[in-house]
Amino acid sequence: MAASSVAASELLQHMNKHISIFYPKASCVIRRISTSSLRCCSQPQLKVKSAPQQLVGVVGLEVHAQINSNTKLFSGSSVRFSAPPNSLVSPFDATLPGTLPVLNIRCVEAAVMTALALNCTINRKSLFDRKHYFYADLPAGYQITQQRRPIAVDGLLAYSFLGGKKRNQVIKKSVSIKQIQLEQDSGKSLHDDLRSQTLIDLNRAGVGLMELVMEPDMSCGEEAAAAVGELQLILQTLGTCQGNMSEGQLRVDANVSVHEPGEPLGIRTEVKNINSIRYLARAIDYEIQRQIAVLQRGGTVQSETRAFDSKSGETVPMRDKEGLQDYRFMPEPNLPPLIVYEDNASLPTGIDACQAVVVQKIREALPELPAVKRERLVQAYGILPEHSLTLVNEEGLVEYFEAVLRATKKEPRKVIGWVTNDLVGHLKQQDMSVTQSPISPKALAELLELQETGHISSSAARRVFQEMWRSPGKTAAQIIQEQDLGLVSDTSQLHSICQKVLDAHPDVVNAIKSGNKKVLNKLMGLVQRETKGRADPVLVRRIIEEKTS
Amino acid sequence: MFCIVVKRSCRGVRVSLKSCNLLANDGYSITNVELLHRRRKHFLQSHNTNVTRLLSSRPHNSEVPEAATWEPVPEDQLPPPVHIPADLVDQLERLALVDFRTKQGLACLEKAIRFADQLHVVDTSGVEPMDSVLEDRSLNLRVDAVTEGDCAEELLQLSKHTVEEYFVAPPGNIPLPTREERAAILKHSEL
Repeated sequence: MAASSVAASELLQHMNKHISIFYPKASCVIRRISTSSLRCCSQPQLKVKSAPQQLVGVVGLEVHAQINSNTKLFSGSSVRFSAPPNSLVSPFDATLPGTLPVLNIRCVEAAVMTALALNCTINRKSLFDRKHYFYADLPAGYQITQQRRPIAVDGLLAYSFLGGKKRNQVIKKSVSIKQIQLEQDSGKSLHDDLRSQTLIDLNRAGVGLMELVMEPDMSCGEEAAAAVGELQLILQTLGTCQGNMSEGQLRVDANVSVHEPGEPLGIRTEVKNINSIRYLARAIDYEIQRQIAVLQRGGTVQSETRAFDSKSGETVPMRDKEGLQDYRFMPEPNLPPLIVYEDNASLPTGIDACQAVVVQKIREALPELPAVKRERLVQAYGILPEHSLTLVNEEGLVEYFEAVLRATKKEPRKVIGWVTNDLVGHLKQQDMSVTQSPISPKALAELLELQETGHISSSAARRVFQEMWRSPGKTAAQIIQEQDLGLVSDTSQLHSICQKVLDAHPDVVNAIKSGNKKVLNKLMGLVQRETKGRADPVLVRRIIEEKTS
Repeated sequence: MFCIVVKRSCRGVRVSLKSCNLLANDGYSITNVELLHRRRKHFLQSHNTNVTRLLSSRPHNSEVPEAATWEPVPEDQLPPPVHIPADLVDQLERLALVDFRTKQGLACLEKAIRFADQLHVVDTSGVEPMDSVLEDRSLNLRVDAVTEGDCAEELLQLSKHTVEEYFVAPPGNIPLPTREERAAILKHSEL
């Protein structure tokens, strides 16, 4: 018995050897089977004698992005969210005998475009494989994927986030993209526990997915969240995926382990069931802390799949579909290799132009990527990098900001705070998008213009802004008039107010007269309090200076 | 082996001609039909049983023998026979959803493996594996326009159990009984 199990493992090794001979570049061949044994070789040991080193988290991500296309990856049925059950299903999607896959060119182009945006190497030739597993929402009993040779490999995703003590420091990081592969989505199962049955909706079955595998280059939830946020932004900019996590258009699984820096990686767990970026950060940080606690108690981390429970904020072990998983990968016999061409010159003669995926054409059509856009905004408007981060991360905010600039002579540096603090603050408070803002860019520009030309003070402008938010439709000028918020620049009126303040504080006046000019600001504040912040500060300062000299 | 493949491809094409709407792969069928016609002509002209690789760029390959020949590989050239440990039987039964742990079943499996062992004798060094008979064909790509779907009624008719517009399946994946439990179930078996 023992001898024959040795033979079996030898056989497996032989297979691997053969595979690596035939596909020297396809290091992913045995990914599913071997990663745990190759990468996660040791359980971090806490050395009692030496000073215990700090355990740190290691995070890798697998992202499934639904391709934004009209039809499915291999069939001509539509892709749509929340349609009547089984209404978007073709005979192929239902795996009727005699049907064959026909690849959607849009899905290939979307994957190539995404790969280019993520600095990947595009494989001129990629292959399709069958990955077998039994589940009712996968009627074929296998998923068509790209296991041996994916469409793209070796990319890099640069991302940045606000960190540091005051959360206003832009921290730049990057994560390697191992590969991007095209594959089919599965259908959806509705579990009816009461009648002990499963209802199957195949509308999603066969929708094109891009699976992006990120290397374990991240160390905490915040980094992973920022990386996914940047990826989401890139996908939305490209239009290759709508990126809505709550609708399942972007699904993230996190591989989490802990180790002492410099030591081999620890045993990892896979955290699933994460449906927002916020939860992604929480799930990862919880899982890192849990693993550290297990090791510090002297326990060992189990290699397992865990689900994130957003209510408790914890990860819990998931019952695996089947412990003895064997996907029995095999080449998809119904699909020849997928060839993409570098440029029109490399197209073989006789090929139909609309049948060919040309990388050069897609590269030329790439829109401005978020990172480039941020850099451009910093350069063009003289704003700070952290402002550009906020501008680009909120959908439609750049357009809003630029629309305000077009309607006012105020300097961009002075406008940016209004947009990234006041506007975004109000939007966030009410969970609204930029397009839902009750204050239009033109209305905000009008307000800022009134401030710029000296009609209102900056504190009054903030009050007008709040009033405009509450009663949309009213112009800034109307509100200023109604609430009498206009700047008091009547010299005689200001003279009398200043005199009143000076009379009430003779000690301060004496201090100024004896050379302490700093306390003048105290009097300025008192005058502003009298006028509810409406006094022209330049004028007030001049009057007080006159009266105390 | 090629013979079977060719036959299967031919059948596939014929099916597609009869009911094109069932087959999503229109692009293939058209090119295949053209090729097939050419090949049929070739068949008629040469009038022999020589079968070349379908869709191969070379129309005639003299490497392929005219008639199938067969020669059993002597036992001493084969690697030592494999015996299947109980754990592996267990895993295979789970994956295949077939119980075969009887003496007869195991003998059958071991015989099948022994038969396949003959492949080890074939020298494949320097030969790239072939995935598919279509591997030197360009992949047909489809424009992203809706042409199918909206046929829930027809599809659901094919299913025995439906609820409203859903297919009905048993709850989740039912874990199989453990080996001990199954041994109890199969107590009449010889093992």
